[in-house]
Amino acid sequence: MKRLRLIITGLSGAILMILAPAAAQAHLVATGLGPVYDGIAHFGLSPEDFLPVIALGFYAGLTGAGQGRAALAGVTLGWLIGGAAVAGLPPLVLSVATAALYLVIGGLLAAKRALQAAPVAALGFALGVARGAADFAGALLGADPALTLAGMAIAVFAVLPLAASVTLPMRRTWIIVAARVSGSWLAALGILFAGWLLRFGKAVQ
Amino acid sequence: MKPSPALLVAAMLAVAFAPDAVCAHVVKGEAIGFVSGFLHPVSGADHVIAMVAVGLWGAQLESPAIWALPVTFPLVMAFGGLLGLVGVPLPASELAIALSGVCLGAVVLTQFRPPLWVAALLVGTFGLFHGYAHGAELPAAQNAILYSLGFVLATGLLHAAGIAIGALHRWTWGRNFMRVAGALVMGGGLYFLWGALT
Repeated sequence: MKRLRLIITGLSGAILMILAPAAAQAHLVATGLGPVYDGIAHFGLSPEDFLPVIALGFYAGLTGAGQGRAALAGVTLGWLIGGAAVAGLPPLVLSVATAALYLVIGGLLAAKRALQAAPVAALGFALGVARGAADFAGALLGADPALTLAGMAIAVFAVLPLAASVTLPMRRTWIIVAARVSGSWLAALGILFAGWLLRFGKAVQ
Repeated sequence: MKPSPALLVAAMLAVAFAPDAVCAHVVKGEAIGFVSGFLHPVSGADHVIAMVAVGLWGAQLESPAIWALPVTFPLVMAFGGLLGLVGVPLPASELAIALSGVCLGAVVLTQFRPPLWVAALLVGTFGLFHGYAHGAELPAAQNAILYSLGFVLATGLLHAAGIAIGALHRWTWGRNFMRVAGALVMGGGLYFLWGALT
């Protein structure tokens, strides 16, 4: 019991140090650890990037290992292509695509509607292209964008299977329900974001 | 008395999350990001009681309603938010929101057990008006995705709070407690209905 309290107190202290608000550090785009880690950190600190990837992982895990492999290949490849080649697309187009993909991925997860591997790969590819391009559309991400993009792709490649591993082997009802509820939240997020875009257009992209 | 670890964690998190120096480019009155989106649904008691009541009712109805209703509400609420953001006219939304407290409180109080589709339709209809009211009053956000994320998360957590309270449903005293909670929600709804009508 004492040990548990010690662990909890230690963890709380660590969380406090991590989350304690200090100077704002606005516009900080580099971790100081190099461009690969900049890419990993960018992905990890951008909910608009990692939430759909996690949701796609949950969905792929729920529908099967084949779909999981297809999603992993599609989203990673898409991210690389989107970041490298499609970064010139107008941000508004990328935002609209993001809202639509949130709705589709979240809706599929919430409905637990199984698709074949090829459509899942296409969905992952579209998500990768949209988010990879969006990440590189606005600002220069570090001194070496290619390595930053590689860092992002590595993060995507690691996170999606981790998310899929939560739902793939599990047959416990509450985990499946929790994953599906999270899908409905992502779909709701997509609908609301679409509303923002329809009303304010470029102001919120 | 030794301080409990849970209390210690709560206090530390409260300190950690207290916004201090992170005020870059903030203009008062504007929607900003995650925190302002998260606080928006919990800022009005009329919204809070309805959303908690959805969770309570879902817990009373048990599976699949326990998760189907909290899935339905945010989805339809988001669609209502979209309508509000776009500016589609939806009359008497404040009246409908007040009525949602009355109706959802009444169904929890009476332990009403309709078919799932009827429950989902009722909850979805009210969700539409709640979302519309939120969406109609939102200004441009600095980060619309984070704002929306906070908004949806807070709504979901309010449902989860209702479901957690609904865990009492397995005991007789718990069922009575939930009926009392339903009566309180209904009373709150009547109060807001009075306000909407006068």
